[in-house]
Amino acid sequence: MTLAVVPPQNSEPVFYVVDEHEHPEGASTMLGFWIYLMSDCLIFAMLFATFGVLGGNYAAGPAPKDLFDLPLVAVNTSMLLLSSITYGFAMLAMEKSRVGAMQAWLVITGLFGLAFISIELFEFAHMIHEGATPQRSAFLSSFFTLVGTHGLHVTFGLVWLVTLMVQVARYGLIEANRRRLMCLSMFWHFLDVVWIGVFTFVYLMGMLR
Amino acid sequence: MFDTSSLAKVIFGRLTLESLPLHEPIVVGTFVVVALGGIALLGAVTYFRLWGYLWREWFTTVDHKRIGIMYMILGIVMLLRGFADAIMMRLQQAIAFGGSEGYLNAHHYDQIFTAHGVIMIFFVAMPLVTGLMNYVVPLQIGARDVSFPFLNNFSFWMTVGGAVLVMISLFVGEFARTGWLAYPPLSNIGYSPDVGVDYYIWGLQVAGVGTTLSGINLICTIVKLRAPGMTMMRMPVFTWTSLCTNVLIVASFPVLTAVLALLSLDRYVGTNFFTNDFGGSPMMYVNLIWIWGHPEVYILVLPAFGIFSEVTSTFSGKRLFGYTSMVYATVVITILSYLVWLHHFFTMGSGASVNSFFGITTMIISIPTGAKMFNWLFTMYRGRIRFELPMMWTVAFMFTFVIGGMTGVLLAVPPADFVLHNSLFLVAHFHNVIIGGVVFGAFAGIAYWFPKAFGFRLDPFWGKLSFWFWVTGFYFAFMPLYVLGLMGVTRRLRVFDDPSLQIWFVIAGIGAFLIFLGIVSFLVQIAVSVLKREALKDVTGDPWNARTLEWATSSPPPAYNFAFTPVVHDNDAWWDMKRRGYRRPLTGFKPIHMPSNTGTGVILAALATAMGFGLIWYMWWLAAVSFIGLLAVAIGHTFNYHRDYHIPADEVVRVEDARTHLLAAGAKS
Repeated sequence: MTLAVVPPQNSEPVFYVVDEHEHPEGASTMLGFWIYLMSDCLIFAMLFATFGVLGGNYAAGPAPKDLFDLPLVAVNTSMLLLSSITYGFAMLAMEKSRVGAMQAWLVITGLFGLAFISIELFEFAHMIHEGATPQRSAFLSSFFTLVGTHGLHVTFGLVWLVTLMVQVARYGLIEANRRRLMCLSMFWHFLDVVWIGVFTFVYLMGMLR
Repeated sequence: MFDTSSLAKVIFGRLTLESLPLHEPIVVGTFVVVALGGIALLGAVTYFRLWGYLWREWFTTVDHKRIGIMYMILGIVMLLRGFADAIMMRLQQAIAFGGSEGYLNAHHYDQIFTAHGVIMIFFVAMPLVTGLMNYVVPLQIGARDVSFPFLNNFSFWMTVGGAVLVMISLFVGEFARTGWLAYPPLSNIGYSPDVGVDYYIWGLQVAGVGTTLSGINLICTIVKLRAPGMTMMRMPVFTWTSLCTNVLIVASFPVLTAVLALLSLDRYVGTNFFTNDFGGSPMMYVNLIWIWGHPEVYILVLPAFGIFSEVTSTFSGKRLFGYTSMVYATVVITILSYLVWLHHFFTMGSGASVNSFFGITTMIISIPTGAKMFNWLFTMYRGRIRFELPMMWTVAFMFTFVIGGMTGVLLAVPPADFVLHNSLFLVAHFHNVIIGGVVFGAFAGIAYWFPKAFGFRLDPFWGKLSFWFWVTGFYFAFMPLYVLGLMGVTRRLRVFDDPSLQIWFVIAGIGAFLIFLGIVSFLVQIAVSVLKREALKDVTGDPWNARTLEWATSSPPPAYNFAFTPVVHDNDAWWDMKRRGYRRPLTGFKPIHMPSNTGTGVILAALATAMGFGLIWYMWWLAAVSFIGLLAVAIGHTFNYHRDYHIPADEVVRVEDARTHLLAAGAKS
């Protein structure tokens, strides 16, 4: 591109680009996806704030100590953290254009994600079975909503993961697919970071309450 | 067991024949008029075989200019609905004295004031502002389109989807009776068991997705697609205010999404976020919704400030005074708008310290705003001012907005607010800033950029008529409300006992009628301008002798905006080009890479709207089917990798040569 150099005083100023190269496809996508993630982060921030305000309102119902099974949550957390590492391995394979290895790591990532969702659903079912339903108290309403919203995001991430694997299988590691895998990577790690917040503020600090 | 009534329940949810407001003659009358008008419109489109044209060229377009125009049309259509509500309220309050119940029952009246607020903010002010940003920003920065053209189309149709849900509520069921922010516990299922609040929730959620995405889109556009040479501090002020507005959108609409989701959980699932018992806290809702709500008013007014800046410097024939301070003032307002939300409920009882903090931050906002006001005045000082229509709106804004700003500072004093909270003084204040700021700004913007969008000016006679009706109408309509508010009259009242108040309401009603004449004149102005388009034609592309890049291209601009991307050397890029003898390139055109149209946005938005309708009426099958459809179409869309095409060089040559001929003909005559 002929760049905008301000010309010396007496020469003819350049007012338009003559030999323009096309904008690379998807040049704004990473920035746009970052901004989207931050807007999503704000939704979580509101849910955290709501949990912070209402999380102590047990309404004579069960409290965190009565409900949370920390070893189970620790296992669950490790599932999600491991899935982030394996996603990282998938991206390393993508950089080396090793489609097979990448797909394999994505499968493993998906399985870890699935395990995370399953354990969470098991935990929810157990709590509801004990009468600790979202309707029972403001604490439980905000707990189920915060943790459930995170779980919904992971579920959505799994749907996305499968879609991308199909697309890579069909069209290969073309530029568009690499970009999409990068976006999902950011999304997946973002969910990991949010979960660390959930684990710390909801579970660990809940046990201290 | 499975008799017909339970089958009907499965299919129609809680929608029954009784849900149709057949017992409200006013609504039935409105429905008949709207239905006849709608049938006539659809019939005309069919008769003139316009469906294919509309679908190919408009509904599925990804061209930011056409999407901008569609936003403006949406805003103007919804203005008619929102204003119909306003004039009904004014009439009711003017006659409901001395034992008279007026002509609206409480059930209907409460829906009207709620719908008025919701429609005016979300479906009039937002589309007008978004439409202007969409149209102007890519042109001002020398770009060919926005960063994500498909997303732009989708955002627009989601906004339409929200508007459609709110409009359906007029004839199928009812709208919320809670006031425009739907505070719980009133908006919770116990006190509002009907569909009104659900229409509110899903209307705003569907539209909110569109607004957030369009915010992300415009931020990326401004950050990534500026012409070479246009540094941040060389961006036109309208682009700057748009950037700040879109940052505010992205940083506040998710809060609205979250809080409405929590309210819907309370209503649908029976959680206890905002209930009175089981540990819920209604005040949590009020805090959260105003964390969105206060930035929202700046989302609306910042672009208006940008429009006034462009208009003032263009029509004063001078560079904008204090560009840097203007930019910093905008950024400071952006930040401060997050630190004032509690001033909407000083009376909640947060205590003196908290109230003082928010009172002081609120007052501080008047400093950057005041700086802007002086910048505009100094821009005009010793300028050769041309009082064309956009400039007239700008001067009216300066007078009016200062009054609104000062009453705002008054309300920011917590002890004064305890007296004025929820009074008509407040109602007068925010109409003072929203009409005086946003609406006047939108009209200034429409008058200013209309020739750019269509290639001919708006008729000045009808425009001036509309201007004078609006401005005098505004003062007649809202100054009495200040008086009434100081006398202690609260908002949202339907009947009055004290006959001495009536005269003020009558004056306000006359004001509303004047505004009605202003709106009629505006519509006539557009019709007359279309009829006289040959006489009002502008072939230069720069009818106002303006200063920024959008005036460097033809009116209307070609699909690709600029045949060659401009290079910027100065704040007022186009002025600089004119001054230093810029010559339009006539040869060397190349194929131009552009995004292709797609119908996916329309389909996705239609499915989202159907899902909202299903959720509102408990038609779970409809909600489920539309949700699955939404996922399927969205995923299907990602399998389309061919989303762009090249405009061939021949086509560019043809368009540009046509412009060369027009310019030559214009120069001769």
